[in-house]
Amino acid sequence: MSNSHDKHHEPQPPVLTGQHTYGSLSDKVASIPLDPKHSKGWIFGFLIAFSLFGLLHMAIGWVFFKGVGVWGITNPVGWGFDIINFVWWVGIGHAGTFISAILFLVKQQWRTSINRFAEAMTLFAVACAGLFPLLHMGRPWRAWWVFPYPNTMGLWPNFHSPLIWDVFAISTYATVSALFWYVGLIPDLATMRDKATFKPVKMIYAMLSMGWRGAASHWERHQMAYLLLAGMSTPLVLSVHTVVSFDFAMSLIPGWHTTVFPPYFVAGAIFSGFAMVLTLLIPIRKFYNLKDMITDKHIDNMAKITLATGWMVFYGYIIEAFMAWYSGNQFEGFMMLNRMSGPYAPFYWALILCNGIIPQLLWFKRVRLNMLFIWLISIVVNIGMWLERFVIIVTSLHRDFVPSAWDIYTPTKWDWATFLGTIGLFLTLIFLFIRVLPMVAGFEMKELLHHRKKHQ
Amino acid sequence: MSHTAEPTTPLLHGILAEFAEPEALIAAIRKVRGQGYSKLEAYTPFPVEGLTDELGHKRTKIQWIILCGGLVGGLGGFGLQCWINLVAYPINYGGRPQFSWPAFMPVTFELTVLAAAFSAVVGMIVLNGLPQPYHPVFNVKEFDAASKDKFFLCVESGDAKFDVESVKSALKAAGATAVFEVED
Repeated sequence: MSNSHDKHHEPQPPVLTGQHTYGSLSDKVASIPLDPKHSKGWIFGFLIAFSLFGLLHMAIGWVFFKGVGVWGITNPVGWGFDIINFVWWVGIGHAGTFISAILFLVKQQWRTSINRFAEAMTLFAVACAGLFPLLHMGRPWRAWWVFPYPNTMGLWPNFHSPLIWDVFAISTYATVSALFWYVGLIPDLATMRDKATFKPVKMIYAMLSMGWRGAASHWERHQMAYLLLAGMSTPLVLSVHTVVSFDFAMSLIPGWHTTVFPPYFVAGAIFSGFAMVLTLLIPIRKFYNLKDMITDKHIDNMAKITLATGWMVFYGYIIEAFMAWYSGNQFEGFMMLNRMSGPYAPFYWALILCNGIIPQLLWFKRVRLNMLFIWLISIVVNIGMWLERFVIIVTSLHRDFVPSAWDIYTPTKWDWATFLGTIGLFLTLIFLFIRVLPMVAGFEMKELLHHRKKHQ
Repeated sequence: MSHTAEPTTPLLHGILAEFAEPEALIAAIRKVRGQGYSKLEAYTPFPVEGLTDELGHKRTKIQWIILCGGLVGGLGGFGLQCWINLVAYPINYGGRPQFSWPAFMPVTFELTVLAAAFSAVVGMIVLNGLPQPYHPVFNVKEFDAASKDKFFLCVESGDAKFDVESVKSALKAAGATAVFEVED
């Protein structure tokens, strides 16, 4: 195992193993999308994902036909599954930007082989997230009313509202992530163009790569643009979940109106995002035999980040409970007691178990190197982070100030169908992505190889 | 009317030389530039640090475009919110001041990033002259490798010292593993 290197601060971490040349890296990266045959495993997985995607169509169709009343949202709990799932999906996206931008700026070489995939995951997660507020509007065909544009009604959006900030944060995030992803893809699309033998496929890659030829001056502009995009994406990604947390923190609801929300939400987002990257990459690297590019070192590092951000989130839980007591505010105090012992208490304790206790197994190197264990832990974290959003939203709303307004929120089968449906959409996009685009950034891997050669 | 200017040499874009490693490419650039050739372009499968300096090309100025984009986005976004809240649609939100600039910061920031990101991507594409479906270097079949594992140096025919045979021999002497004529 290469892990003995860690202790001695080896200048070249084993982020690329095996006997690779520039050509072999190109071949390996391009061979997955260019393989004319679909493997049985891919077809099987795709069909499951696509069926769930079908479920999404059905669920959305029914919501359009009947209205949001088919969901379980009631009067005190006006934000149900839609906002829970929105926050969950946006959070998942954050790991992608963290890997592609923040780890790029701090020159973490191990990001190279996973950044393309993680960014794709970001885009797809944000696409799923975006659906929920749209559907929650009730009249999604008027969604564009949230944007400022001159109209005959003479109306303008309220820029004091966190919900409008959210519109700008999420749409900017989705756009910038897509741009960043595409800029990184252009040189690899050119490689695909030059590798493809089937004419129509070659033409599609040629169009997408826009005639990239790798000229020195082109690379210089490309690298400068990429660097600055990374620099912009770094505060952007931190701003996005901060603004999402403002949706809650700027209100006066007990359990929401706290200053710990922005950092706690950002940490939670990265926590859940890394868990999702692990959930997806562990099977993919095994299935496509990418273990020499996505090495055990990568999994180990991601597990460590999961552990660290997990503690930041856990700190948030502790502060929430502490402040509920320390503030002396009776509504805050009641909210916390209700959360821990009220009708939704099992969810609260399940979330503490999933996010606070089980991830502690990651302290052990043997767990971090056992792929099955780490995969299961990553799924537990995904569930835990979903439960966290459920608990924050539902327990704060269902019993706020006046007992006569209290009620119980129960999701309906259409809530579940919409949620499962977005998982289908997400996985469908992931399956299509790995079959049509290079999921490892080929040119960056070659750069890494060159760097390694130079320092040997 | 004929458009052919001087039909002295067959129409060549230049001479393309192939190398296996970026170090060999850089060594060759130094040699060829030392011999007085100046219209050079290199093609590589991944960014090689310092290559534009070696070639004697000017450094990119794209960062200024991105800065301008960001400023336009930020000032525009902030201005839009001020105009809406002060002029177009002033509403009293719980007695708060109309010019409540702290509340405008999130949207100002997002629009700064959005506009800067668009300037970065559009600027990069436009300054690179893309999309460009046709370029003479693609006429060389072996140029396919420029996106995979080979490094190319092109001495372009616009060079004052350009002469097919002497460029070819200079490139071979500089360590090229193969030399190709690039038809225009």
